[in-house]
Amino acid sequence: MIFRTPILTLLLVSALAILVALGAAWFGQRVLRQWDLASGSRAQLVMERRTELISTLFAMVMLAEAVALFLFVFNADRMAALFVGAMCAVGTLNVNAYGFPALYAKISVFFAAAVWLVIDHVDRLGRDYPLTRAKYALVLAIAPLVLLAGGLELTYYLGLKTDVITSCCSKLFTPANAGLSDEMAAVDPALALWALAGAEALVLGLGAYAVQTGRGHGAFALAGAGFFAVAMTAIISVISLYIYENPNHHCPFCILQREYGYIGYAFYIPLFGATALALGLGAVAPFKRRDSLRAPLPPVLKRLTLWAMAGFAAFGAVTIYAILRSHLILLG
Amino acid sequence: MKALRRQRALADYTLAALARRKVKNLALVGVFSLVVFLLASAMFFASALRHEASAALEGVPDLIVQHLSLGRQGMISEDRIAELESIRGVSKVRGRLWGYYYDRVSGANYTVMVPDGGQMPAPGQVIVGEGIPRARGLDWEGAPLFLSRKQGDLNRFDIAQIYSSDSALLTADLLLMNEADFRAFFSVPEGVYTDIAARVRNANELATIIDKATSLMPDERFVSRDDIARTYMKLFDWREGLMVALGAMAMLAFAIFAADKASGLSAEEAREIGILKAIGWDTRDVIAMKLWEGGLVSVGAFLLGAVAAYAHVFWFGAPLFAPVLKGWAVIYPDFALAPVIDGSQLVTLFLLTVLPYAAATVVPVWRAASADPDAVMR
Repeated sequence: MIFRTPILTLLLVSALAILVALGAAWFGQRVLRQWDLASGSRAQLVMERRTELISTLFAMVMLAEAVALFLFVFNADRMAALFVGAMCAVGTLNVNAYGFPALYAKISVFFAAAVWLVIDHVDRLGRDYPLTRAKYALVLAIAPLVLLAGGLELTYYLGLKTDVITSCCSKLFTPANAGLSDEMAAVDPALALWALAGAEALVLGLGAYAVQTGRGHGAFALAGAGFFAVAMTAIISVISLYIYENPNHHCPFCILQREYGYIGYAFYIPLFGATALALGLGAVAPFKRRDSLRAPLPPVLKRLTLWAMAGFAAFGAVTIYAILRSHLILLG
Repeated sequence: MKALRRQRALADYTLAALARRKVKNLALVGVFSLVVFLLASAMFFASALRHEASAALEGVPDLIVQHLSLGRQGMISEDRIAELESIRGVSKVRGRLWGYYYDRVSGANYTVMVPDGGQMPAPGQVIVGEGIPRARGLDWEGAPLFLSRKQGDLNRFDIAQIYSSDSALLTADLLLMNEADFRAFFSVPEGVYTDIAARVRNANELATIIDKATSLMPDERFVSRDDIARTYMKLFDWREGLMVALGAMAMLAFAIFAADKASGLSAEEAREIGILKAIGWDTRDVIAMKLWEGGLVSVGAFLLGAVAAYAHVFWFGAPLFAPVLKGWAVIYPDFALAPVIDGSQLVTLFLLTVLPYAAATVVPVWRAASADPDAVMR
């Protein structure tokens, strides 16, 4: 199964990411131990130069990882036709025990990478590399994650046997299959919608406050993370029902399919993008008071907050559109 | 806004710089686009074949029942039709007669079938696909088709109709015969068929129906349309993957070439970087400029290669890859591929080509950009 172009590509991206992450981590531990901006030693100068290379490479690979996450899901969806019993990405990912862990690991890499990219961007704003230590401490945390995601992905793809009978998404989100997915599907639709509306109001309100006053980015980040959880629950418990126009089908992957006009991407891209930005904001906001960042950081925070708010708002707008367009009457 | 203006200025500068070294950069784009072209052709072609196959399979019966004897397919008894019909949910059960005929004159295999219903030719007549008259050189209208099974044997058939090449993928080597002619020509006794085809009204019941039928007639083999589709998809995926793996070797070679090119700066380029740094650009700006250069080269090569591959596959029928990807036969249908490309393919192709190139050139670019101005200019 490994001879499939998207799989080869994903493995290539993972391999490159692992290579770069290991190199960056090696460099990162040196930075953490020896970084001393006041020193004019040769080692320090070489290190300062090298940060440019590592930042560029790491940023490039992390961007590729973000694209790869969507390719991973899209490919899983496409491959469903190859497995008996699979009808969407859930079936493909369930073929062996490594599918879903690989997906979760890739999602974690995506968010960690986004946070890192925001920190890197901010770090480049200050003339004295204000966040370099934080940045490389984070690299040390991301590198094992990248390694884990790559390993899980490889194990998953090597273990894809097409004679396995897998289970369809309609089985996963039922009480017969106890777990988080079942709990999320069982949330009352009205409750889920109200919670979504509340989270939307909260996150937009906190965002507006942060934009107005230049404070409270940490709270905005927390609200963003909360919104992500509420939104995923809402997709599984109620929004998917409206999209499929079927009160029993809860799958969050089938909405990515052609039959539903790929509408899932309109949900997930703004949601993941906005959440990633919010997390990044939360990570850099504490550094607002650094001398070299006092001037350049606030406008960047403001811009990123506006983008994140746009993403959260877009998610809400797509939700309203999906519900209005649907012929299913679930409430009232 | 400021960032945007900076990027625009960098792009502007880079374009001018690229134009100053036309030959070198055109050569780079040329080689790169060749690699993209190879990979893209393989991907586009395989996806078009998958599409053709799934379109062709739409007409295939939901369930095919074959008789196995000695581990190979044998003729299936007529009695099975009634047994199959007795299973609830199965409809339109019919025995099919088909086989292959090796034509010594043209050295080709024909697929001989008895059509069901509609187009049954009259006794002594046949309906043929466009490949058969082509292989036989039957140029004039009304020429009869003589088929010989062994030395000294000759059967005359009149050609009632020739299928047009629109359906060539399915009909190129097809020969439709009357049932009585078929049984006489191939000495097939009454009461047996090659296999049995059936419709299943509800696709969700297919697995259950196969279960029931298997316990009813354990000697038979049941092939569903999904099985066939899966096999085709796997086959084409695998062939595409092999081609792409080969193409990836080319990509690797190109990445090494590009890294080498980027690290061996010409004296003129080194001077340019030195001057830029002397007038106040910092390392970051030079890296950004060099990344722009790489980006413009790879996007240019990507577009060029992808468009060339599109033309190669969908306008010219992929003459370079067809033998590997579609297989081979004496009578091969002439068919135009429907252009089927989706966004994910382009994303895949982009990641597969541009990312290795970028990764290979970053280190040399950084090395050049971070050198001291006086050192590079000296």
